[in-house]
Amino acid sequence: MAKQVIEASQAVAEAVKLCSPSVIATYPITPQTHIVEHIADFVSNGDFDAEIIDTESEHSSMSACIGAQGTGVRTFTATASQGLALMHEMLFVASGMRLPIVMAVANRALSAPINIWNDHQDSISERDSGWIQLYVESSQEAFDTIIQAYKIAENKNVLLPVMVCLDGFTLSHVWEPVEIAKQSKVNSFLPKYNPIHAFLDPKKPITQGPVSYPDTYMHFKKMQHDAMKESIDIIKKVNSEFRGKFKRGYGDGLIELYRMNDADYALIGMGTLCSTARVVIDNLRKEGIKAGMIKVKTYRPFPSEAISKAAKGLKGIAVIDRDISTGYEGALYSDTRSALCDGKSEVGTISGFITGLGGRDITPQHIEKALKDMIFGKGTKEDWLF
Amino acid sequence: MPRKKKTKKVRKGNGNNPEITVGAIITKPGSSMANKTGSWREFRPVRDPSKCIKCGFCWMFCPDNAISEEFVADLDYCKGCGICAQECPVKCIVMKKEEK
Repeated sequence: MAKQVIEASQAVAEAVKLCSPSVIATYPITPQTHIVEHIADFVSNGDFDAEIIDTESEHSSMSACIGAQGTGVRTFTATASQGLALMHEMLFVASGMRLPIVMAVANRALSAPINIWNDHQDSISERDSGWIQLYVESSQEAFDTIIQAYKIAENKNVLLPVMVCLDGFTLSHVWEPVEIAKQSKVNSFLPKYNPIHAFLDPKKPITQGPVSYPDTYMHFKKMQHDAMKESIDIIKKVNSEFRGKFKRGYGDGLIELYRMNDADYALIGMGTLCSTARVVIDNLRKEGIKAGMIKVKTYRPFPSEAISKAAKGLKGIAVIDRDISTGYEGALYSDTRSALCDGKSEVGTISGFITGLGGRDITPQHIEKALKDMIFGKGTKEDWLF
Repeated sequence: MPRKKKTKKVRKGNGNNPEITVGAIITKPGSSMANKTGSWREFRPVRDPSKCIKCGFCWMFCPDNAISEEFVADLDYCKGCGICAQECPVKCIVMKKEEK
């Protein structure tokens, strides 16, 4: 099928339509709004048979998804920044009830000061909410990842909600060629939703969301954690199955490697900055610096083994964070360092860089400086590149 | 002979528990009956049947369905919130401090 030049937000909407969720909760917030606007267009034009619930807040949007998913149907919602923060309480309810909801997050900075532009602070702040988090680099990847997300979430060994994170504006509002898959092909990849544990059936009544006392709560949390860890294999499986069917894939589904075969140094990052990094790495190669990239697609569960294996024996790593754990360092940097403390990876220097907060452009010069500072021993735990 | 001190065993790992279901769903209806909340009570409702006009307000307002159709509180479940006493139009219910 020919590619169409469309906005990434529309690519997400097209993918959602192909996955046929029955209920979509909508509440507009920049830079996510175009996603639900496109979906609303599809529904009102009669191209997409779904129930749209216009809610009064994002807290209600997530609540609506939880309620709908609890009846046994597929759901979708999208949000960003303050909206995601307002959902915080319900995110834990969705994951604790093990509801395979899929949500797109058009990453945006958090107030204050108020800022509508891109960074990863909103979703990074929800990293412990029990949601699988997948970060995407391009419109095509956003499209493909939505379809994969349902398949991952609904796997009987996973049953966890998935957040598909795309950079606000830097990706959400960018027009790129996207190959829209055929409905029949998506249907053969993603079967009709068949709820396993959460549904309404008068013949088989169940209670959902009950109280759990100290004698059981910890067991449920352990079970959730085990499912999240189990999802590492499922994400890999879904990615390779997707590659087989659609002839596209993203690394092993957890991380994607770029020019890592003979690399001495690597950059680790997430989202659109990885596209910029590819250009910088090509240029550094021309200078004779053997650089490569480990793009982190799956941030939760954190692919520590895959990263450790990919980084084995490197002389140095520069981790770029588009977020800051205020008072410490970048979250991706912390997680990467912890993953590489496994006694197997034998990596030299690991430097951390904070860039691109609140929509500050990340230019090739930023990435080059990060890599060269690390290579020449000038990097620290958290260098801020303005 | 010194008595052996009882210590709680700390379990590592999954702590397998057959009652643990995915998403904490409960497949048997009526399970809240097993959860006797009467022990939470600080005050117990005491009704004076001679004053009671059998209007059913206490039965209607009880948030725990703990009052029978004969207007008697089921002390296995009554948490002692006092709503019945508050709503009773003839004030035939008084809340009495529970004594241990």
